[in-house]
Amino acid sequence: MTTAPVTVLAATALDSGNTAWLLAASALVLVMAPGLALFYGGMVRSKSVLNMMMMTFGSLAVISIVWVLVGYSLAFGDDLGLGLLGDPRQYAGLGQLMGEQANGTSTVPVILVAVFQGLFCVITGALVSGAIADRARFGAWLVFVTVWTLVVYAPVAHWVFDRSAPGHHGGWLLNRVGLVDFAGGTAVEICSGASGLALAVVLGRRVGFGRDPMRPHNLTLVMLGAGLLWFGWFGFNAGSAAGAGQGAAVVFTDTLLAGAAGALGWLLLERLRDAHATSLGAASGMVAGLVAITPSCGSLSPIGAITVAAVAGVVCALAVGLKYRLRLDDSLDVVGVHLVGGLVGTLGVGVLATAAAPTGVDGLLHGGGAGQLGRQLVGAGVVLVYAFTMSGIIGLALQRLMGFRVDEEHEVSGIDLVVHAETAYDLHSTAGARSAGTGVLHIHREERR
Amino acid sequence: MKLVTAVIKPHKWEDTRAALETVGVTGMTVSEVSGYGRQKGHTEVYRGAEYDIALVPKIRLEIVAADADVEPIVTAILGSAQTGRIGDGKVWVVPVESVVRVRTGDRDDSAL
Repeated sequence: MTTAPVTVLAATALDSGNTAWLLAASALVLVMAPGLALFYGGMVRSKSVLNMMMMTFGSLAVISIVWVLVGYSLAFGDDLGLGLLGDPRQYAGLGQLMGEQANGTSTVPVILVAVFQGLFCVITGALVSGAIADRARFGAWLVFVTVWTLVVYAPVAHWVFDRSAPGHHGGWLLNRVGLVDFAGGTAVEICSGASGLALAVVLGRRVGFGRDPMRPHNLTLVMLGAGLLWFGWFGFNAGSAAGAGQGAAVVFTDTLLAGAAGALGWLLLERLRDAHATSLGAASGMVAGLVAITPSCGSLSPIGAITVAAVAGVVCALAVGLKYRLRLDDSLDVVGVHLVGGLVGTLGVGVLATAAAPTGVDGLLHGGGAGQLGRQLVGAGVVLVYAFTMSGIIGLALQRLMGFRVDEEHEVSGIDLVVHAETAYDLHSTAGARSAGTGVLHIHREERR
Repeated sequence: MKLVTAVIKPHKWEDTRAALETVGVTGMTVSEVSGYGRQKGHTEVYRGAEYDIALVPKIRLEIVAADADVEPIVTAILGSAQTGRIGDGKVWVVPVESVVRVRTGDRDDSAL
């Protein structure tokens, strides 16, 4: 009787605590998708909120499957050479990861790691859509995220996240350069920001950009979405600790503080510059702080986290104004918040990292010299240039091959109605059949008889 | 018979309704409208970008009244909706040729 459990334990290195946490953390990362849909959806005009949300839900559906089929292998398969790309056949379909023997010495099932990482790709792809609000064809968007997952995200994730181990060769930025990116300041934030920038250039400005007031149509959705994002971010960051231990707890603490300090940083700047502390500013600052803590949450003390996030809140609040001067319609500020915030956090590791934190690296101000800052600069620069270039090429190709942008007439009348044949809100229901937009009811099934 | 239409500031609507009741007005049509006059619009700030919003929210009242009741109604609206600041709105009066009460078919003055 006593030998049976020992035998079971000996057959696997799995740790139920670590596994339970990663299961929960993966579900938390999934919640970021509807969180982002609300955050973005509230910021667009009421005639395009459904399309905005559908770009996130479309990413969720498409990328989950593309990731399992090939994406995970490209990112986490054995390196094909030079640390640039994993073997696409190694885990294709993930069937190879169903048995416990596939886990090796991992304390969590590798198939769960694959899914957790896939949800990172989902969020990164969905983030890009904020740069092209109100004007992208839905079918072209789904093709874009498919190709982008394979050509942009999977290689970058390989460079940044795939750690070499005995019998496994990983990516070059992590293992050769020594980039410290705990949960994706480069692979997620800079990558989405640079990809968004490229698409905003390829698709061009919305009709009336800089002339018409394109106010957010529902700031309560934005606040709710930001809150859900923060909640999910605990899974994103603390789940990246790959275990339910001291490291995850430090990361969790830094993640809480970052949202708080980011919001305060943004609000302070707004109060001084525009005379009002706005709700959109609070939500945006929170996200900016969380973006900055994503690469740095494993490397900073709690005070360091507050510092980096507050700086991100201020810097991003300044950066979002640039698009009007550049005449660049990055509609929901993917560049100003994610690219800029990602840079602040990634470089912040080089400055404020302390070896007492989980990643064990000292930055400039903790006596570590400028070396780490240099490694961070290389990582950030490489991902920025690669993601911008490749996303631009994919975008241009799709524009040429199938058309990426909706007709001007349809954009003005409202993309929800044209692309999805739906209206987000029916606020005229008291007047029954005669109210605006309600029309006449046809039941398709009965018509066919 | 006349149609009295008034466009007033939204926060004055309750005062105006009460004032109209004291001069015997028993019903009216009220809509939330937007527009602008000499006051122009207002400014909103989103992520640091200032938006000049041309249209200002207003309340529009419509009352069909007998000729003799028009002056007290206009006076009641003036007395209740006036703040003396720009943007107080307008009242105008136009003749009405015919009125029918849908429930009974009553016409004109007996339909008021």
